[in-house]
Amino acid sequence: MSTWKPLSGTQAVAEAMRQINPDVVVAYPITPQTPIVEFFAQYVANGIVDTETIPVESEHSAMSATVGAAAAGARVMCATASQGLALMWEVVAAVPGLRLPIVMPVVNRALSAPINIHCDHSDTMGATTIGWIQIFSENGQEAYENMLLAIRLAEHPDILLPAMVMQDGFITGHSVENVEIFDDDKVKAFVGERNPDRYLLDTEHPYTIGPLALPDYYFEIKRQQEEAMRQVKKIYLETGKELSKITGKEYPYFESYKLDDADAAIVVLSSTAGTAKDTVDKMRAEGKKVGLLKPKLFRPFPYKEVRTALKDIPVVGVLDRSMAFGAYAPVYAEIKNALFELDKRPKLQSYVFGLGGKDIFKSDIEKAFNELLSGEVNSEEERYIGLRG
Amino acid sequence: MATLQEIMSKPVGLAPGHRMCAGCGIGSIVRAILAASDKPVIIANATGCLEVVTTIYPYSAWKVPWIHVTFENAAAVASGIETAYKSLRKRGKIDKDVNILAFGGDGGTYDIGFQALSGALERGHNFMYVVYDNEGYMNTGNQRSAATPYGANTTTVPAGSKSFGKPQWRKNIVEIAAAHRIPYAAQATNHNIIDLYNKAKKGFEADGPAFLAVLQPCTTNWRFDPAATMAYSKLAVETNFWPLYEIEKGKVHINHKPKNRKPIEEFLKGQGRFKHLFKDENKHVIEKMQMMVDKEWERLLKLEESGIEL
Repeated sequence: MSTWKPLSGTQAVAEAMRQINPDVVVAYPITPQTPIVEFFAQYVANGIVDTETIPVESEHSAMSATVGAAAAGARVMCATASQGLALMWEVVAAVPGLRLPIVMPVVNRALSAPINIHCDHSDTMGATTIGWIQIFSENGQEAYENMLLAIRLAEHPDILLPAMVMQDGFITGHSVENVEIFDDDKVKAFVGERNPDRYLLDTEHPYTIGPLALPDYYFEIKRQQEEAMRQVKKIYLETGKELSKITGKEYPYFESYKLDDADAAIVVLSSTAGTAKDTVDKMRAEGKKVGLLKPKLFRPFPYKEVRTALKDIPVVGVLDRSMAFGAYAPVYAEIKNALFELDKRPKLQSYVFGLGGKDIFKSDIEKAFNELLSGEVNSEEERYIGLRG
Repeated sequence: MATLQEIMSKPVGLAPGHRMCAGCGIGSIVRAILAASDKPVIIANATGCLEVVTTIYPYSAWKVPWIHVTFENAAAVASGIETAYKSLRKRGKIDKDVNILAFGGDGGTYDIGFQALSGALERGHNFMYVVYDNEGYMNTGNQRSAATPYGANTTTVPAGSKSFGKPQWRKNIVEIAAAHRIPYAAQATNHNIIDLYNKAKKGFEADGPAFLAVLQPCTTNWRFDPAATMAYSKLAVETNFWPLYEIEKGKVHINHKPKNRKPIEEFLKGQGRFKHLFKDENKHVIEKMQMMVDKEWERLLKLEESGIEL
């Protein structure tokens, strides 16, 4: 029996961690991730879980201790946001090469400077090229379920890569919504236990992890890492099917919302997809054929499937909640890449919105849809939504 | 009490065939410390000489579980291993006793790894942190660290017509470690293996974090005859430049008091990094160094005599 609980997005993730009951959780607080570690610390204090925690002195040590515990053989989790991800980046970048299946919720927040505690995606968009699986969540419900999916993906013997589960800071992280929490026993059976082949505490079978590798082997090791990443898409769908048996939901690479016959479509990540769906409904009721594509699995990026989903749509607008200064915005760049193989491509428009937590409204999205429908687009131009004039 | 021969002939987790420089003493430091453990040892190693020379893929000189992640995080990685150990034991997934050991050079300890070290000591993880101190970034060719002695010539603070080398005294890492109220902190060298072995044993047996600083004269970048490593270790002790002492539950105990303290020149002589100090215009540097060494020694004697808990 599942239960519905009024939970914030961060608390929904803490609920997943309660059910997973990891061997070790390493915690350092950073707004707006802090409630995750606070809720979880309370579970520990009240004996609801028997996880060992390490209240470290920085995010750099947070990821370092996470790596130590994971290499030692434990199932271990850590959580972060923004500056925290930036500070731990050196170690975050080392994890995929060490092939340690660490799962880390990230509550997206803008990067300094200027310092800003509110949502945008510039933190995780700076970590798209280093070999972490990345899954974005629209709301607390998705963040909860993505945590369960991520742990199975990361620990799959054909993958053994770390995974980040994203949700929007404050917008999702601090907003309370009803979240369906599935039966503890079923979730526990689904996530199982981590059974590594090799681990440091297996002292009878000593192994060396993290050696120096010079030009004769470094490249080969990185190529193996890419091979593991290539397995993710297939196993993501398989694992999603298994999770469906508990949740009754589907786990595609991306959500398509009223896309099939659309004259114009918007691509947007995370919580803004909810606002965009409302906008689509409103405009559909007025007879305008618009639709939405919401990427969920962002690394590895499902280029082929996105291409198929968008190929017949005359015009596509991509809304990015971060910028890639001097280059196309990150989601826009992926969509443009995905469509290159087509003989006849949709027209494209890049929009940047919501940096540092700037609100985006249905009226803004409607305006963008109308612009797309008018055909007044320029694929070389970056347009801004909600920017002070 | 183990003899030197017994200690050094004990089979330990570091195999021969690593790539240390001729005359490097890190191997004997590691061997003596591993020999002092009566339990399986798990090692977290900071980036540095020891990591580089023991692991070039696909080879490894380690016959014990060993991990390297980055330069500044050996203490944090060790705290993760220790916590995993506690958790898996509590959950009945493992049942053996182990010792957890972290190795770092002085760069990875005094400088870039200082915060991670302090955090791990403050949290009270049950592990031993060992710094093999070669007084600078020797793996990358003699750059200055907080452990580099006053007056030394390094590539980042070179001696020149306007400079006598490093103008600061070194950081007192052992007392800083002890200030975390850890049960055991000590200073040792690689020429006195029995003293080092005994200290490692106490460190492993301590109930909580232990910290061990071991001097490692670097033939390559201190620039001396590779046959003289142990001689320079001994001179560091006999000049009181590097006293052998320990801080057990806060109390200072000096393990060796030289009967006739040798002048600091004896330690400086023959080292390329101090060669410039023997020019007339740098005489004052040696004089000041002598003053500081004597002052530090007097202070240490007073600390021991007072019996005050640090």
